Amino acid sequence: MERPDYLDIILDPSLLVVIGGTVLLSISASLVGTFTFLQKRSLVGDAVAHAILPGVAVAFILRGEKDPLWLMAGALVSGWIAIWLMNLISTRTKLSSDTAIAAVLSIFFGIGILLITYIQGLANGNQAGLDQFLFGKAAAMRQKDLMIYGGLALLLILAVFLFFKEFSLMSFNPDFAQSVGLPLGALNFVLNSLMVLAVAVGIQAVGVVLMAALLITPSAAARSWTDSLKPMMLISALIAAFSAFSGSLLSFVAPSMPTGPWIVMGLSLVALFSLFLAPKRGMLARLLQQKQHQRKIRDENILKAIYHYQERSNAKQQWLHEEDILEVRAFKKEALTQGLKHLSRKGMVLNQADRIQLSKRGKVEAKRIVRLHRLWEMYLSQRLRLKADHIHPNAETMEHIISPEIEAQLLKELDYPDLDPHLSPIPYEHD
Amino acid sequence: MTSEAWLIIATAALVATSTALLGSFLVLRKMAMLGDAISHAVLPGIVIAFMLSGERQNMLLLLGAALSGLLASFLIELLHRKARLQEDASIGVSFTWLFAIGVLLISAYTGQVDLDQECVLYGEIAYVPLDLVYFGTNTGVPRPLIIAGGLLLAVILYLLISFKALKLVSFNPDYANAIGIKTQLWHFSFMAMVSLTTVLAFEIVGAILIVALLVVPAATAFLWSRALIPMLLLAVIFGLVASFGGYGLATTIDGSIAGAMVSVAGLLFFVSLAIRLLAPSRGEKVF
Repeated sequence: MERPDYLDIILDPSLLVVIGGTVLLSISASLVGTFTFLQKRSLVGDAVAHAILPGVAVAFILRGEKDPLWLMAGALVSGWIAIWLMNLISTRTKLSSDTAIAAVLSIFFGIGILLITYIQGLANGNQAGLDQFLFGKAAAMRQKDLMIYGGLALLLILAVFLFFKEFSLMSFNPDFAQSVGLPLGALNFVLNSLMVLAVAVGIQAVGVVLMAALLITPSAAARSWTDSLKPMMLISALIAAFSAFSGSLLSFVAPSMPTGPWIVMGLSLVALFSLFLAPKRGMLARLLQQKQHQRKIRDENILKAIYHYQERSNAKQQWLHEEDILEVRAFKKEALTQGLKHLSRKGMVLNQADRIQLSKRGKVEAKRIVRLHRLWEMYLSQRLRLKADHIHPNAETMEHIISPEIEAQLLKELDYPDLDPHLSPIPYEHD
Repeated sequence: MTSEAWLIIATAALVATSTALLGSFLVLRKMAMLGDAISHAVLPGIVIAFMLSGERQNMLLLLGAALSGLLASFLIELLHRKARLQEDASIGVSFTWLFAIGVLLISAYTGQVDLDQECVLYGEIAYVPLDLVYFGTNTGVPRPLIIAGGLLLAVILYLLISFKALKLVSFNPDYANAIGIKTQLWHFSFMAMVSLTTVLAFEIVGAILIVALLVVPAATAFLWSRALIPMLLLAVIFGLVASFGGYGLATTIDGSIAGAMVSVAGLLFFVSLAIRLLAPSRGEKVF
């Protein structure tokens, strides 16, 4: 047998239809999802996806056949009722919004299942094929479906662009949005309708359960890469498009595998990668930052302890053992050894056998930290009128944080004081 | 009614009692959606254990599902606390991913695994009377009935042991922490219990409808009473009514029994909601 030519696979018209459809659906869901994500209402989308089922079933019972427009209308109505109910429950009763979501989700879904099984028992039930709403059937998408659902998806994308300003204001700062006269109720109605529509369309591809991923996961991933809205929407649309493309392709190459779960798999892997490894906001970057900060505090405390020892013993400059430093401040033994090693690598500390001494640079740095500590104590006692025995712990933290600009401001404000509230001298760089 | 009908109702009632008890704590702790997430996330564990053992009656299945349920709650915690993803999104990302893995595994091994997607969603309570286990004699006992009974025993035992701690952790977690109750331990043991329930009831009512049985009767009970013991009792009663009424409804219109049970539970919920909203009793400020 001949090996399949991969170019032929990609250019296969039925695959192109599927790819076009899923990419459009996924992009529209990810864009709408960005706003629900920012409003912390992601799981409402999950509930809406489940809640669409009874509407679809009732539409089928009323119409007697699988008419896409009727099914879509049924989906919209029951999705809307679900949103209204969740809102009612979480605002008017003591039940938490999380219980409201779970209750509405499961009740609607249960009713949906009951109706679908009832339909399957009817004479015309077999042609219903309503279970494609449960699991999605992207691979079975035909040109006609593409026209309808792709068209709706384009409409959604357009609507998001049209209301971009209003939605972003509403999501970030609802109070301000209201104060500048935006009709919040009406806008929420529009956004909710877009969400219901996005869900009703998206379900065609991935099914009820996985629909939530199409709304939530691209935004969750994009959030790790940026702080501002427009890039976030662009990134989440790209992630959605990429996952939809690769998911459709994979399920086409291995036909026994359904498309929806593959799309979700792609989305999830990108999201997990982003959440763990993105620079700055990813988990690993955060941990490293934290470690670095802790190391900085440890080193600065060691420098300060050496300075205090010298100050106490009145000696100009002398070689110290680790035990001498421990006398001043209780470090963990390993932390101290590690910190000293680190400091000598940075040229702050000089070594002679097992004894150490501050270098010139180390001394400048030590003075700076002690100065910041004592300046801050001065500020707290003079300006905030705190008692002398209350100010030390706070200064212990602030000394590691105060920037050169704030230092300059403090110096000016306090008029270059000589002594701190405990009457210890405040060291300046050129003393 | 036939004896088959009674067997189905009895099984449903046992499951509904267990879930109503556990679900009350889920609702009180505002963790209903976490329960929902876990019920989806056990799927890959079940499928993998299934592939390894090749049969349903297996401890491995329980273990696999309980592990993947715990994995889900761990992943959600990790994304939320360490990767600083907001909680609702952490839940959404985690459970959809695990569920997708489960579905992919099922479709990759179709034929080899006697599981299908419908069973995952609907459950197979109608087949309860057919799945018999014989104890020496020639009268068989339905296996799901035994499972449901065992589950209820386990849940009651767990609640007896942990009632005090769980009550404190639910109503006042800070205080519980302050007096030295290991809140994390109780959190994860509770989550393990929820996973276990989901797994055991999974074949009977399906992955999604189990959430309804966990949350809806408890939420309905919460509308009527905010004291713990009456709430637990009411939740159990609502669960039982749903079991009986659901069977009746399902046979009347020839639909899914599990779906009908949830529909009845939903009806009770919405009627309670309407009564409580329209007629606040004795002027007390309940809402």
